[in-house]
Amino acid sequence: MSDAPDYMSSPDVLGHFGEFGGRFVPEALMPACLELEVAFRDAWSDQTFIDEYQRVLREFAGRPTPITPLPRISAALGIRLFAKREDLAHTGSHKINNVVGQTLLTKRMGKQRVIAETGAGQHGVATATAAARFGMACTVFMGEVDTERQSLNVFRMELLGAKVVPVTSGSRTLKDAVNEAMREWVTCVDDTHYCIGSVMGPHPFPLMVREFQSIIGTESAFQLNELGVACPDLVVACVGGGSNAAGVFAGFANTTARLIGVEAAGGSAVGKGSPGVLHGMKSYLIQDEFGQIEEASSISAGLDYPGIGPEHAHLAKSGRAEYVAIGDDEVLDALKVLSELEGIIPALETAHAVAWILKEAGRSIPSGATVLLNLSGRGDKDVAQVREILRGTA
Amino acid sequence: MKSLETSLRELRATGRKALVPYFVAGATSDWVRHVEAAVLAGADAVEIGIPFSDPMLDGVVIQNASLRALELGTTIDSIATDLSSIATSVPLIAMTYYNLLYHYGLERVAGKLRECGVVGAIVPDLTVEEAGEWRAAADASDVATIFLVAPSTPPERVALVTSASEGFCYASSRMAVTGSATDSVDVTRVVKRVRDCSDLPTYVGIGISTPQQARAAVNVSDGVIVGSALVRVIHEGGGAREIEQFIGSFRNALDAAGGES
Repeated sequence: MSDAPDYMSSPDVLGHFGEFGGRFVPEALMPACLELEVAFRDAWSDQTFIDEYQRVLREFAGRPTPITPLPRISAALGIRLFAKREDLAHTGSHKINNVVGQTLLTKRMGKQRVIAETGAGQHGVATATAAARFGMACTVFMGEVDTERQSLNVFRMELLGAKVVPVTSGSRTLKDAVNEAMREWVTCVDDTHYCIGSVMGPHPFPLMVREFQSIIGTESAFQLNELGVACPDLVVACVGGGSNAAGVFAGFANTTARLIGVEAAGGSAVGKGSPGVLHGMKSYLIQDEFGQIEEASSISAGLDYPGIGPEHAHLAKSGRAEYVAIGDDEVLDALKVLSELEGIIPALETAHAVAWILKEAGRSIPSGATVLLNLSGRGDKDVAQVREILRGTA
Repeated sequence: MKSLETSLRELRATGRKALVPYFVAGATSDWVRHVEAAVLAGADAVEIGIPFSDPMLDGVVIQNASLRALELGTTIDSIATDLSSIATSVPLIAMTYYNLLYHYGLERVAGKLRECGVVGAIVPDLTVEEAGEWRAAADASDVATIFLVAPSTPPERVALVTSASEGFCYASSRMAVTGSATDSVDVTRVVKRVRDCSDLPTYVGIGISTPQQARAAVNVSDGVIVGSALVRVIHEGGGAREIEQFIGSFRNALDAAGGES
């Protein structure tokens, strides 16, 4: 059917996904956004660049990541569950896919330095890693609260040669780290690229980050086929800004698969938010009755963000993808189930997606359904926190 | 032509250089008296900052003042109420981030602002490309929309931005957020780029913190905007008298410069 809707294709010329997205930035940053858009489109249609990006992911980042059937949970739930193992990628999550793409692009644009925001530290560590690999200076902005909660990740970034700047403005968490990175970018836009960590920000970031993450979906579709699964019935991923979800959804957007994005209950921009403008984009935001942005709150720092990428807002509004929320208490149980039954300790972010599958199997997930879980990250970074909570000392 | 542009063109015709101080509305309970003091000391228009939780283009001084204002319960409606008691006839210009306008409702907020004497709006995260809906609402209420030109703005974009701007064109003196500058920069290049495209009055802001900088800026432009330096005076406990002194020193510098040209 040639007139069937084409989901997750290109946004319009100004970067709109439906009514969302666009560019809401200080004029000082507009030339950089326009330059980046041109550079990205040029690179992404250049086979030499694509080959280099794929080679680095293969040789340095450990791609392709496998798909692992999860037989014991499958048997317990009466479904066929497969996990796409982004936890096995270098630095422990899908974040590396995006930073490899953006770092190569930074080099191609002739810029010498990258800056990044980070919440829990995953994107910061990934950016510091790629910057080290390609010999670039790297500065990471991290909310002061998060530098205390995730001091080991601060040390990791420093080991990798990056400078970590604790952000003391506002709520001193991820949203303020984004504000501070934007403020920094205004002052150094000539020689510095802002490596945004999710499918958010002004155009072309949401498109570009989705494209760099779509390797998750492309590989998954191919690998499932090899396992005899023509198309899964459901594809499930956790969503903060939404980059791992966008990456895996991209492989299945124009199939019959149900696409499920699982937000943290305390950071549920689709569930609790309303349309607004923040960090360069129009999307769903958690905000008060006056339009002041509210702080998200979640057990998982990576989902602790009051917004969501604009393409997800569009997928939600158009009904192509469904967005659900999982509370903190359900997350710990899910982490334990995956650890004990399958020998995989997931990141707390990922555990949200696991929790939804555990909860909905036999309900909105029909018996016998084939389900693809994007296992976006490993739980090593969360082990200390989980221990404290389980021992009741947190 | 909107009211703001008429006033500012008339002001330029008199040869007087425009002095536009910026206040964070609601940062103190008597902020309206502060505005009046500034006008008494020679301000030609006033920027009313409507505080937002996430001010992307603002440095720490205005961030902190905004936070204080929000803690004091400042909203668009409370600002409108405060402004209803203001005794001044100079143009008032709102400066805020797009989400607050969008959330309030564009037509409603434009009408509300105009009702309390606001005749212009600076929305630093609203690009010309995204401004269509706001412009329609602002047009309906005679609220002018002022856009910024940055040192990074290439000539072809300067043409786009200045043709969209009303009232005046805001030339940023440097690539920085507000209140972060300590040195002086030459604003000739950015102002010239604006002048080459437009005969709108051109005011220089972001990086004007001393009367000397203001004087240098108006040698090539029509006025200056003074934000963080003034907000700092108020943060340090300055009241009407200190504000009058502060604004007076800028007024004298601008008048001296105006006399030269």
